[in-house]
Amino acid sequence: MIRTARTILRKDLAIELRTKESVPAMTLFTVTVFVLFHFGLDRDALEGDLASGVLWVTLLLAAVIGVSRLFAVEREQGGIDGLLLAPVDRTALWLAKATALFLYLVVLELVAVPAFALFLLGPDLLPALPVLIPILLVANIGLAAIGALVSALAAETRAPGLIVPLLLLPLVVPLLISAASATEPLLRGDQAADDLGRWLGLLSLYDVVFVLIAVAVFDFLLDD
Amino acid sequence: MYSKGLKPLSIATVVLMGASLALVFFYAPNDADQGFVQKIFYVHVPLAIVALGGFVAGGIFAIQNLRTGDRSWDARSYVAIHMSIIFGVVVLITGSIWARAAWGHWWVWDEPVLVSFLVVFLLYCVYYPLRFSIEDPDRQARYSSVFAIAAGAFVPINFAAVRMAEAFTHPRVLSQTGGSMPGDMRMTFFVCIAAVALLFITMWKLELTAKNASMQLKRLRRRLEAEAA
Amino acid sequence: MPALPLDEAGKYVAGAYVVFFTLIVLYMAIIGAKIARIDGELSELNELAEKGERQPEPDGEPVA
Repeated sequence: MIRTARTILRKDLAIELRTKESVPAMTLFTVTVFVLFHFGLDRDALEGDLASGVLWVTLLLAAVIGVSRLFAVEREQGGIDGLLLAPVDRTALWLAKATALFLYLVVLELVAVPAFALFLLGPDLLPALPVLIPILLVANIGLAAIGALVSALAAETRAPGLIVPLLLLPLVVPLLISAASATEPLLRGDQAADDLGRWLGLLSLYDVVFVLIAVAVFDFLLDD
Repeated sequence: MYSKGLKPLSIATVVLMGASLALVFFYAPNDADQGFVQKIFYVHVPLAIVALGGFVAGGIFAIQNLRTGDRSWDARSYVAIHMSIIFGVVVLITGSIWARAAWGHWWVWDEPVLVSFLVVFLLYCVYYPLRFSIEDPDRQARYSSVFAIAAGAFVPINFAAVRMAEAFTHPRVLSQTGGSMPGDMRMTFFVCIAAVALLFITMWKLELTAKNASMQLKRLRRRLEAEAA
Repeated sequence: MPALPLDEAGKYVAGAYVVFFTLIVLYMAIIGAKIARIDGELSELNELAEKGERQPEPDGEPVA
């Protein structure tokens, strides 16, 4: 199963490297939204909960773009039938897609977080990084797991571009709450990371639950 | 088949609803802080609890659907979710009325139950476009079940997250919603929950029976029209 | 906010309970409509069945 997942993943990454459809769009979108926030909020520098909220909401909206595109290649070129004819565990497909989305998110954040620090963040980013990076990674796992599931769910509907944001955004509210609350003290001047354990705990719980659900349930999708 | 036990169930529902109304207005004492307005709590919170239970039940029925492939479980799941959404609308409306009466605003963000419920409600509203944009009945049942399971698991996590968030931003002493309730209020509250739960189950059964009857009729019609042709 | 006086509070409480009962009554109406439709269709189908009985099929082959 792992081998199958790796093969699918390699194919997806190759396509992404060649066509550059998802990650540049997500990145450009994120930076644009930061600029929008500068104008919309009429602020030069954000800190604390406002900074945390702007960062995470923007990342989530960018993730929606990535999730919508996740099965796009298969949908457009009928590659799903080929995958399904092979005696392959559907879960491998989920694992590949989730891993791909995770990697896209990591690349996105490598650009987006410094951009955020440059355009909108008041306090210094560097001291916050050692704690911020694990938060980002744990949140990405949850996003990737649920994103791959939602993408598959929406893939067979008539309007996946509409269904994906409607499905994904409410589902990630707990993730948003935990990640934003965990990040908030990091982006304040004083850097006291209080309650980090609790929020990371909730984030991890979210990740575990939805990875398990996705694995349990994915076999029933794309079943023809 | 779905209508088994419908009569005793309906009778029990009527009895319990009557009993709870009597308890609410003639037995339970007035709340110290909110006065008479607190009576809304006896209809709003049981509705919310039962609606959430309905969503979770929808998820459990969905698990059965995926495990057995029997589409009657999908019907049970769909109707449970459908009923919960309808109850959900009433939850949000009564919650808004309560907010207005108790705190002066039609919506408040520092009631974690209300906020969590809004998120859950928005999520489940997507169930309809998802379900009805899939034409193949077998696939429709499967995809709906997948959604119902993921969303059903989401409900408790969401409540935990929102509750935690509100605890830190708005440290409120939740005096009504479960904190310290005097005995007679508590008993009234539980009777109300039981009454609303029975109401939900009765309505759910009614809906299932009606749906099943329509479907049987359609099948019968098709057979008769084919024979008469 | 201090507790509302009884007459004002009464309006809100009444409003909330009215919404709740409207739900129930509305639902009964919808189910009633459904039953009426089912009843109508059932009569139709009964007629259809009787017509089929009065004119037995000419070729006698069972419907596949």
